Amino acid sequence: MEFIISRYNPETDSEPYDQHYHLPDAEITADMMLLNALQKIRELDPGLSFRSSCQEGVCGSDGMNVNGQNHLSCITPLSSLSTPVKIKPLPGLPIIKDLIIDMSLFYQHYKEIDPFLQATSLNPDREHLQTPQQRSELDGSYECILCGCCSTSCPSFWWNPDQFLGPAALLAAQRFVVDSRDIMPIERLKSLDDPMKTFRCRHIQNCTAACPKGLNPSRAIQSLKARILSHD
Amino acid sequence: MSTTPNIDAPKFKTESYEVLVVGAGGAGMRAALALTQEGHRVAMISKVFPTRSHTVAAQGGINAALGNVTSDDWSWHMYDTIKGSDYLGDQDAIEFMCQQASEIVRELDHFGVPFSRLENGKIYQRAFGGQSQNFGEQQAYRTCAAADRTGHAILHSLYQQNIRLGTTIYEEYYALDLIFDQQGEVAGLMVMNIHNGEYSILQSRHILLATGGAGQIFRNNTNASINTGDGLGMVLRAGLPLQDMEFWQFHPTGVAGKGMLISEAARGEGGVLRNALGEPFMQNYAPKVKDLASRDVVARAIATEVQQGRGCGPEGDFVLLDLTHLDTDTIKQRLPGIRDISLTFLGVDPVEQPIPTFPTCHYMMGGIPTNLNGQVVCPDSQGKQTPVKGLFAVGECACVSVHGANRLGGNSLLDILVFGRQAAKTISQQLQTEQGQPNLNNLSLDDLELSGVRKRIQRWQSKTSYQEENLHSLKQKMQRSMERGCGVFRNQQSMQHALQELEQLETSLQQVNLRDHGKVFNLERLAAYELENLMAIAKATVHSALARTESRGAHSRIDFQQRDDTHWLKHSLYFSAGDRLVYKSVNLSPNQHAPFTPKARVY
Repeated sequence: MEFIISRYNPETDSEPYDQHYHLPDAEITADMMLLNALQKIRELDPGLSFRSSCQEGVCGSDGMNVNGQNHLSCITPLSSLSTPVKIKPLPGLPIIKDLIIDMSLFYQHYKEIDPFLQATSLNPDREHLQTPQQRSELDGSYECILCGCCSTSCPSFWWNPDQFLGPAALLAAQRFVVDSRDIMPIERLKSLDDPMKTFRCRHIQNCTAACPKGLNPSRAIQSLKARILSHD
Repeated sequence: MSTTPNIDAPKFKTESYEVLVVGAGGAGMRAALALTQEGHRVAMISKVFPTRSHTVAAQGGINAALGNVTSDDWSWHMYDTIKGSDYLGDQDAIEFMCQQASEIVRELDHFGVPFSRLENGKIYQRAFGGQSQNFGEQQAYRTCAAADRTGHAILHSLYQQNIRLGTTIYEEYYALDLIFDQQGEVAGLMVMNIHNGEYSILQSRHILLATGGAGQIFRNNTNASINTGDGLGMVLRAGLPLQDMEFWQFHPTGVAGKGMLISEAARGEGGVLRNALGEPFMQNYAPKVKDLASRDVVARAIATEVQQGRGCGPEGDFVLLDLTHLDTDTIKQRLPGIRDISLTFLGVDPVEQPIPTFPTCHYMMGGIPTNLNGQVVCPDSQGKQTPVKGLFAVGECACVSVHGANRLGGNSLLDILVFGRQAAKTISQQLQTEQGQPNLNNLSLDDLELSGVRKRIQRWQSKTSYQEENLHSLKQKMQRSMERGCGVFRNQQSMQHALQELEQLETSLQQVNLRDHGKVFNLERLAAYELENLMAIAKATVHSALARTESRGAHSRIDFQQRDDTHWLKHSLYFSAGDRLVYKSVNLSPNQHAPFTPKARVY
């Protein structure tokens, strides 16, 4: 099986270049994930760098661009990919080395939305009550693993990465706005009422197509916008 | 007084903090949150971005006797935990953990954890293995859950609360070794910035290790690749012991042949294990609670079914976890994560087909010995357990011991939070007492004992090529040795063989060199440091296991099948120098509840 992997080492390269790798068919099994292939390639070439940890799609370390789409390598079956498999870092953010990008800006946007519950003071003897119906409002947003596949697939984010919060941060914002335990939903909406931070979203929906967890950031942003407008 | 500095020795940048927390999983994050809240100058160091830590993968839930579903009491939880530990757990520590549990869970709700809910709005609790009401009677529903993504929900909420308080976090920094001053007191940590390969020293008189487990010593495991026991390696190199390293939990239901975890929640929600004949075989091993027996019991039952020829599949090497009789909505709402895993890695939808499973290494019951306050303890010359000043450990890397010889499902998330918070309290109190004393930080480099860590750094800079071996193959060989020699069932011969192999591998590890000598994100260098830790932990495991001539909890010996309380109701302490073992007694004196005396363990 053939792989073309984008390589870049800031210590030796002025810009990224493509490197071809071949794995013999005998080493490929039907149930292998892309991560397993990358690990085999790294046995041949220990200098190849990519992040990876849980290997089951919950830690969000190994987002990368594969044949033009963003995926987590650990849950992308090799059998689903056409060859040669072209692997690049997630687009739109600075490359540190090979497939490893600098996600500082992505994390900074996440922090900007105050991604923490603000509830009434703690009562150590009783939990906040929340009906199953209220709790179900969080389904589809709390599961985000911050892998960055959505935001780095978004043209609005590519154009204005410093100002547009991007789908991951906005999905997190929605998660707190709809949490019945949170006491600051109005303040949250007010701070999001901004043509760049939120309304730069053009509903291209790449985010939803890219999300490896099957979440729908696009719908969450639509919902946020509607809430902001109805509070204006 | 300073000596002439060695001009060849690299200079290290230094920074100083009141407290360093090493690791950003649930334990480290809970501790850092408390310390930041108290206004201390604290830094958390993590080799990955915090939400990549392995707490994120915990599925089933966290135990607390909230009594939201069935009536419950912390003392029932305490009894179950002690019985589950095969009486090796320290009863004072278990009592403390179970008493704190309800408040810890309500605090999590306050931090934003999206727990699943009951119709009355309270936190959802499910049945889990080894849990009972009224000291061994009916099944208890004690495990608080956010679907089957409880670890993810908790880790993200804790990270979010740390964002709220502005905790200082060194992301993608690797902690190499503890640094002591010339008087032998804890003085800091040598770290490497993974982004540029630069080493620096973080000085502090209070270091909390929360570095997690080391399941990577086994070939098949549920652990992330980052679970390499870095804190344990540091402690061994510092001449301190590890406790109860013979006890590793094999989770009954890993994805067959691959290892990913299928939560015990699957059986808690009604799933049943079946062999090749379709028999629900757990009734033969645990007639009363069947599939919800303790994990060691279920893992042994599965291994036995396979050994006796009743395994499934062409090789007969797994059993089936059957959920097909469950309501589809139960699976979709309560077990969405494991359905995903099954679909992704096996192409099996548990709604329609049973899941092939086999025991897989999951959890390290042993670790760095500590007391209830998270202080690392070591026997003094008289054998008295004495705190190591300034050094703390919590979570999977620590051994308090609340899990003894076998951990109950749902007690790990509880352990990390209870003792993360408690260690932070202890450190905070110490810092307040020390106020006004001369600042012990800002020692010059010459006051620090750096020769060991310098040697280690230099050793991996060697560029001589050594062709016969590489790091990757050494790691694989170690994992296979451990699997064959020290798995679900062990005996003298299998472990002795593993030990010989480990000793050879250790020699090879001393000779092998890196092929990549770059500075930026050199993951081969990182893997070398990690493998040194794993190898030391594997050796600690085999030495401790060879010495313990009984079967207890997860340590199951074919050549010594009975528990032997007369000789072995005691904790092992392993020192790497001379592979020495000493022992310490199990605490059988809880503070409030009457002690639970060891008796036969039947489920």
